[in-house]
Amino acid sequence: MERIGEEEALALFDEDLLSLGRRAYEARRVLHPDNLVTFCVDRNINYTNICISRCCFCAFWRDKGDSEAFLLPKVEIFKKIEETINLGGTSILIQGGLHPDLEIGYFEDLFSSIKSRYPIHIHGLSPPEIWHIARKSGLTLEDTIRRLKAAGLDSIPGGGAEILSPRVRQRLSPNKVSVEGWLEVMETAHRLGLKSTATMMFGHIEGPGDIIEHLDRIRSLQDRTGGFTAFIPWTFQPLHTGLAHIEKATAVDYLRVLAISRIYLDNVPNVQASWVTQGAKIAQLALYFGANDFGSTMIEENVVAAAGATFRMSRDEIIRCIKDAGFTPAQRDTLYRVIRTF
Amino acid sequence: MGAFAEVEGVLDHFEDKALIPIAERVFEGRSLSFEDGLILYRSRDLFALGSMADILSRMINGPYAYFVVNRHINPTNLCVNQCRFCAFCRRRGDEDAYELSIEEILQKAQEAAALGVREFHIVGGLHPEWPFEYYIEILRELKKAHPRVHIKAYTAVEVEHMARISGLSIEEVLIQLREAGLDSMPGGGAEVFSQRIRDALCPKKTSSQDWLNIHMVAHRLGIKTNCTLLYGHIETIEERLRHLILLREAQEEAPGFLAFIPLAFHPENTPIPARGTSGIDDLKTVAVSRLMLHNIPHIKAYWVMLGEKTAQVALTFGADDLEGTVVEEKITHMAGALSPQALPKRRLVHLIRRAGKIPVERDALYNCLRVYH
Repeated sequence: MERIGEEEALALFDEDLLSLGRRAYEARRVLHPDNLVTFCVDRNINYTNICISRCCFCAFWRDKGDSEAFLLPKVEIFKKIEETINLGGTSILIQGGLHPDLEIGYFEDLFSSIKSRYPIHIHGLSPPEIWHIARKSGLTLEDTIRRLKAAGLDSIPGGGAEILSPRVRQRLSPNKVSVEGWLEVMETAHRLGLKSTATMMFGHIEGPGDIIEHLDRIRSLQDRTGGFTAFIPWTFQPLHTGLAHIEKATAVDYLRVLAISRIYLDNVPNVQASWVTQGAKIAQLALYFGANDFGSTMIEENVVAAAGATFRMSRDEIIRCIKDAGFTPAQRDTLYRVIRTF
Repeated sequence: MGAFAEVEGVLDHFEDKALIPIAERVFEGRSLSFEDGLILYRSRDLFALGSMADILSRMINGPYAYFVVNRHINPTNLCVNQCRFCAFCRRRGDEDAYELSIEEILQKAQEAAALGVREFHIVGGLHPEWPFEYYIEILRELKKAHPRVHIKAYTAVEVEHMARISGLSIEEVLIQLREAGLDSMPGGGAEVFSQRIRDALCPKKTSSQDWLNIHMVAHRLGIKTNCTLLYGHIETIEERLRHLILLREAQEEAPGFLAFIPLAFHPENTPIPARGTSGIDDLKTVAVSRLMLHNIPHIKAYWVMLGEKTAQVALTFGADDLEGTVVEEKITHMAGALSPQALPKRRLVHLIRRAGKIPVERDALYNCLRVYH
């Protein structure tokens, strides 16, 4: 299949949904001829909701002195990890706000103490957090990532990308790491041997051009590093955010952008369906619109839940949903290696 | 049929070649057989299925998708039938049993009319004591207070109940209801036309033949009606298809169905060990219904049952109607539906537009009230 350019990708926004879906399904089948749909058993651990970034689209952050502000004690994190392992989990996703006081020592200590206790993969710290930690600690990005890796960090989640377009970022999250900064963190991590995912949050103030710009930046970086394991587009959840007035993206918008992502990102192996924002039914349909992965069981999720997403799925439900769609469910690890099929 | 020119190109992309002769029959306006239906349901080519249904939908309804602003009024949840799949019905003495007085009904109607509601949708349980006259009075009082609001009231099951308690014939009951203000009938209570299923789930309910007969009598009296299928519980694909074919034959014999509404079963709060339908099953059912029921003008993706997201996607799989900004719906919500109680008109218009269709606000008889270009 031939790589498409930005112009051609823009035209896909006007294409008939089902023809577009068929193209994405084809693109996915070329990359995944085995009929598997993978998922991961893991848990989101949000170590803090204290954040100096104060992005207007986020309903999760609190100021340091706020009565709802928290920083999880280590014992509580350990307890969550034990529960995860007991539920067959292989990984934890550790993410949090940009805490004004936490420097690299905190994370080195946290990761190494987790690793000394539990055989679990640490998927942690999105680029804005890594950027923030580097700045707080007076370190280069490279030294920061090198030290985090040495302490136990195994891979990096692709959060905080929102839309990788300076125009959008200026309005949405002016205090957060820039487009170049986000990409630099990922490029450095990939170079140091850490894999990562990439996300895109759409359905707010962006236009089709911004979405294609985002996809193009991911594709270009992937050409250089090959470090992205998966791409995860999901829709903005407006409730309780500073953008609550925005008309929520519809299911058709989601399927369209998902399909375009699969077609455009010919070099990113996996595309995830977002049942957390779309619910089981549309996530199942997403398997026909380019997705080959069902994401994670998310024993716990707090960030989009704060913005009104209320969908929940158990491992058995995920397996059933995949089977009902005509695919073979497979549990994978965080690096997309299959552990077992069902 | 302008759609024909694009049809050729569409067929070339079918991955499941078994669908091509079926598609050709569809586009020639011919009826599909039971076996055709099975091939459709069993196909994994979701895209071919969806585009066939979408093309047929556009041949029948053009690029339009409809919605209506209506008010559901459920006069009582007391019901002598006690169907196993129902989470709404209560018995006398249950703490949350209720029965609305005429005044309460009028008050709900009054609030809704102030919001610009075009239609009252009135469906309830089979009350153990209310006489036929009470059902008549509800209609008469509503019509008197709101002469311009369409009354879509009473399923075939309620009509049969009224015939039983009044000793009148079905025809006489319908004539009296119409005189009192009934304008059209909803399509509930059809469930699945299968003796096996009715014995297992709703033994006291109107039989399949009686349900169809009541609707045909209504049609012959000039009363338009809807029809439904409750799917996703213990029925088989074959039983679904036989149900659709019975509806198609009834429509052939005594036309009057305006819309078919596939109702996804919600198992929560019922004793039925089903797990709820999958998204793909919902969309396949919409598409197969559109294709099998070529003589019923509208296929409704009822968002209260399907959820806003699946209902919207269904508009690209052959559905042409989202129902409406339903004010206060109880029956599905008692069974665990997660959808909100009402969608604002602005949201309905947006959903339809984003699905690539032109939104039309309609009245109960699918007359266009406003096109949102």
